[in-house]
Amino acid sequence: MRVVGKPLPKVDVRAKVTGSTLYADDLVLPDMLFCKLLRSPHPYARIKRVDVRGALEVEGVVAAITGDDLPIKYGILPVTQDEHALENEKVRYVGDPVAAVAAYDEETAALACERIVVEYEVLHPVTSIEEALSEPVDEPIHDYGGPANIHKMAALAFGDLESGFAQADHIREDVFFYEGNTHLPMEEHSAIASYVDGKLTLWSSTQTPHYVHRAVSKVMGLPMSAVRIVATPHGGGFGGKTDPFSHEMVVCKLAMVTGKPVKCTLTREEVFYAHRGRHPVLMWVRTGVKRDGKITAMHFKTALDGGAYGSYGVATTFYTGALQTATYDIPAYRFEGARVFTNKAPCGPKRGHGTPQPRFALELHLDKIAEDLGLDPVEVRRRNYVKPNTTTVNWLRITSCGLEEITNRVIQASGYHRRRRVEGHGMGFAVASYLSGAGLPIYWNKLPHSECQLKLDRGGVTAYCGATDIGQGSDTVIATVVAEELGLWPSDIRLVTGDTGLAPVDLGSYSSRVTFMAGNAALDAARKLRDLLVEVAAESMGCSPGEVEVGDGKIGALSFEETAQLAQERYGAISTAGSYRPPDLAGPYKGSGVGPSPAYSYSAAVVDLDADSKTGIVQVNKVWLAHDIGRSINPISVRGQVEGGVYMGLGEALMEEQAYRKALHKQPSMLDYKSLTFVDMPEVETILVETNDPEGPYGAKEVGQGPLLPVVPAVASAIHDALGVWVDQVPITPDKVLKALDAKVKGEAPRFGPKSFPDIPYPQCIKVDPPHVATQAV
Amino acid sequence: MLRLKPFKYLRPSTVEEAASLAAELNGEAMMVAGGTDLVPKLKRRQMEPSALIGIGHLEELKSVDHLSDGGVSIGAAVTLSKVVGDGELLQRYPGYVRAASLVSSPPLRNLGTIGGNLLVDTRCNYYDMTYEWRQAVGFCLKKDGDICRVAPSSPRCWAVSSSDTAPVAIALDASVVLVGPEGRREVPVSSLYQDDGIRYTTKQPDEVVAFLHFPPKDGWRSSYVKLRRRGSIDFPIGGAAAALRLQDGLVTEARIVLSGVASHPVIAEEAASCLIGRHLDDDAITEASEKAAKPAKPLDNTDLAYTWRKRMVKHLVSQAITEAAAPGR
Ligand SMILES: Cc1cc2nc3c(=O)[nH]c(=O)nc-3n(C[C@H](O)[C@H](O)[C@H](O)COP(=O)(O)OP(=O)(O)OC[C@H]3O[C@@H](n4cnc5c(N)ncnc54)[C@H](O)[C@@H]3O)c2cc1C
Ligand code: SF4
Repeated sequence: MRVVGKPLPKVDVRAKVTGSTLYADDLVLPDMLFCKLLRSPHPYARIKRVDVRGALEVEGVVAAITGDDLPIKYGILPVTQDEHALENEKVRYVGDPVAAVAAYDEETAALACERIVVEYEVLHPVTSIEEALSEPVDEPIHDYGGPANIHKMAALAFGDLESGFAQADHIREDVFFYEGNTHLPMEEHSAIASYVDGKLTLWSSTQTPHYVHRAVSKVMGLPMSAVRIVATPHGGGFGGKTDPFSHEMVVCKLAMVTGKPVKCTLTREEVFYAHRGRHPVLMWVRTGVKRDGKITAMHFKTALDGGAYGSYGVATTFYTGALQTATYDIPAYRFEGARVFTNKAPCGPKRGHGTPQPRFALELHLDKIAEDLGLDPVEVRRRNYVKPNTTTVNWLRITSCGLEEITNRVIQASGYHRRRRVEGHGMGFAVASYLSGAGLPIYWNKLPHSECQLKLDRGGVTAYCGATDIGQGSDTVIATVVAEELGLWPSDIRLVTGDTGLAPVDLGSYSSRVTFMAGNAALDAARKLRDLLVEVAAESMGCSPGEVEVGDGKIGALSFEETAQLAQERYGAISTAGSYRPPDLAGPYKGSGVGPSPAYSYSAAVVDLDADSKTGIVQVNKVWLAHDIGRSINPISVRGQVEGGVYMGLGEALMEEQAYRKALHKQPSMLDYKSLTFVDMPEVETILVETNDPEGPYGAKEVGQGPLLPVVPAVASAIHDALGVWVDQVPITPDKVLKALDAKVKGEAPRFGPKSFPDIPYPQCIKVDPPHVATQAV
Repeated sequence: MLRLKPFKYLRPSTVEEAASLAAELNGEAMMVAGGTDLVPKLKRRQMEPSALIGIGHLEELKSVDHLSDGGVSIGAAVTLSKVVGDGELLQRYPGYVRAASLVSSPPLRNLGTIGGNLLVDTRCNYYDMTYEWRQAVGFCLKKDGDICRVAPSSPRCWAVSSSDTAPVAIALDASVVLVGPEGRREVPVSSLYQDDGIRYTTKQPDEVVAFLHFPPKDGWRSSYVKLRRRGSIDFPIGGAAAALRLQDGLVTEARIVLSGVASHPVIAEEAASCLIGRHLDDDAITEASEKAAKPAKPLDNTDLAYTWRKRMVKHLVSQAITEAAAPGR
């Protein structure tokens, strides 16, 4: 490999570090208007009247719209089209948009919003999972789902649970709670729309231009061919920009109404309300094990606080049960999950989408089982690891799997088994797995998940792909793949990405799918172009194509440019196209769409920390993280993702929380919503393990999300190692550590965490035969 | 982004002019130095002055002067960064420099002044929020409303004194020179504050804090320990300043002052006096810290659980005493 695997700088790094990258809010179009949204001050209320006349009287205001102007509902999932860009019947959380103003400047738009009169009939808000499960005081938040305020329930059983538990020597039950938290991207969401000649263009800091394309077209009543979405460079997304958003719809509508470009940039506070972050999840898990720690059966229940709207919530619900089996061989597995609606900002996907919560529970639960059995927690996990090239009880196809190696490497590097065992110092270990892209698209169809076109002319090579670089480096991956195949440098490749008008579809930057899928699409297109060039060069050299070497700007004996010219002389305009669609991986049951992936990444973490028994304050000293990346296309980018994942994982473990007081967000500011600062960030030792996945481009798998997952339980585990107490709830703030220590002193169970799991009217479990039984039956 | 409401900006050329402008505008105007505390609050409409009187540019307020009696006078517009980088100050008043170094973050310290830090607004997480947020929760006594959200039955505001440098300045017996339309007066920093979350300072609105005046070192050792969630940026949610004089290992004089536990810096007199005449052994330190912690009654209006914050006070005090007694202080 000439460029793949080399630590080359990202293709867009210069502009990023010199400040010349143009983010959405930097874009200025002639005669542009500024938009502000008026949002609900009530968590739950019926809208009786919205009167925008006062706003229209303000000098400098060009238009003001309400829900009546945008009556069509949308949502990211086809099954939950439950949002209005501007609500006209009910508001469901503080921050729900009800009206919008476009004016010549932002101050005027903000002032005009204050002149809008909204009459509300306040309803009793639902603020917790427990409340959502009980009979509502007023009407349910939505007119679908139920009973009470339950949005969605899932119940699946794989294999023979009864005999699994019967075979167990030891059975353990635990309850855990994972508080919600948010993405906290540096860049606030921003969108700008223009409507010219019946064609609408929206520039937006979105991770999913394709889905925004669908939603805008639906809500505006325009054919997709009249809508173009351009994903602008991102100052961070982490899943927070994967839904179609109100402000995007509103600027489109206002551009159509006024005939002028309209921009809306959210304030930091509004970003907290737009949210779509980590669901708070209450979890109950019961596991049977043999004396040696081998799992015989597991029953896992989850309850998710979804906030006010559907968002990705149906998928999230399934994700809280889907990937337990991707790391451990669980012969019989039952999962029940329920998502409820509450009057809080809507939850959605955040880095790890629905899996950090159960991972936290599962890993700590296994630690506790190891303690019960007097076994080494690392050894207990090893005994249960899934093996490469197997199929799990819930029908996940495991191919490359570096669990053994990442475990060995991280344990060795950290000296986990030789650790200093003194009170106040601890180390914790955990593993996890994540998808390299969801195996199924959001809209079920047989279309490619990613497409890439290459154009070759006198201007060189341009790659067109819908993939959206949100800072994770997907542009660099595409350029690297194309450069590798054509014997060029990544910086030689011009890129047109994230633009639904110019580039072919890629489903977006979510589910860690881009390197895998867009990488494969680019590889497909690049190999076709390479074959064409090699053939032309071979002919000119009088040899067979197999003898032509490509590299260092040359195709055989000819320069790349000479070959390109010969090819154009022969064929005229040249372009090739490639695409990728994962194999059909869904198991034979309803609900099998969530979990399958063409490949799984694996991560193992060891956290070293000091925990003070007097104050409960935790100081993380170092994190070792070994990641099975398949193959690094760019090791610098991969390390960046690992470090970013560790950073975010530590934040979730120790301080980040989207906390509410009654139904009001407690701290919608970057000062009060705590995430680690530079000085709180410990050293991270990243260990990359390459298992060369058979399906990944050059063997590559994901790294965007997986490395976050084991960090959170490893922190809790290390605190237990240091102080002998379990904190079964994140974030692990110092007061919780002290409460656990208080309990220990009082002779109670040495823990802090939820005490019980509520009764949830889960439906009858869908019983699914595991693959080996099903195959035998055939 | 959040936008500022329009206001007039006045740029006096002397401190006296600043004071008389303020007097003329009769409470309509506010002073602004670095603006790091004030400007975000203007954006959130926690204050709505029609005019700002800039004082950050006044050269006369920008120097650190060593006085003939061995004391030091620091101009109110001196930045926190300048204090942090001053080796001489560090030697004399290590606790004060330490406190300045722990304020917010490096960029904010480059702008923020020592005068602004003494007068930093009291904080409360029902109040340090945008207008829209406060509207959603309901306004409170400190701005736009008529009840206290933290202690609804209380007739007063309990917003928390959050200056990092005030407690050390008090512990070191510093004073401030105030310039008003009627002239100058010098008052001890300890009397600059009062127990009211809204009117937290005794300074008149038309008075400028011109100088912070430290007495000679004279054997006074000092320290400051700050409690906050993270290693940077965060305001104190508890803090302890200690100043001590030792002779032959025995404490001859002591002052202990707390931040972040009430609407004003709290002077822990009983705790300090119990140290007098004693060696700083574990018993003495524990007794003093427990005494200091007793009156601290944090409320649920800053970061983290207030019950936990209450428990932390004694640890802060004990650490502050220990640090003040360490060599080089
Ligand atoms: C994110 C963030 C974190 C922060 N963290 C901390 C922290 O950890 N600890 C801390 O103590 N502070 C903190 N601050 C507050 C602030 O940055 C500092 O207190 C700073 O020292 C204030 O100085 P300034 O010059 O910017 O004050 P300004 O904002 O200019 O003024 C503050 C107040 O003092 C008045 N004022 C200023 N100078 C004078 C004067 N000479 N005479 C009369 N009145 C005057 C103003 O009218 C205003 O009421 C933080 C601020 C932010 C935004
Ligand atoms: S203490 Fe009470 S009155 Fe004061 S700011 Fe907080 S809520 Fe308002």
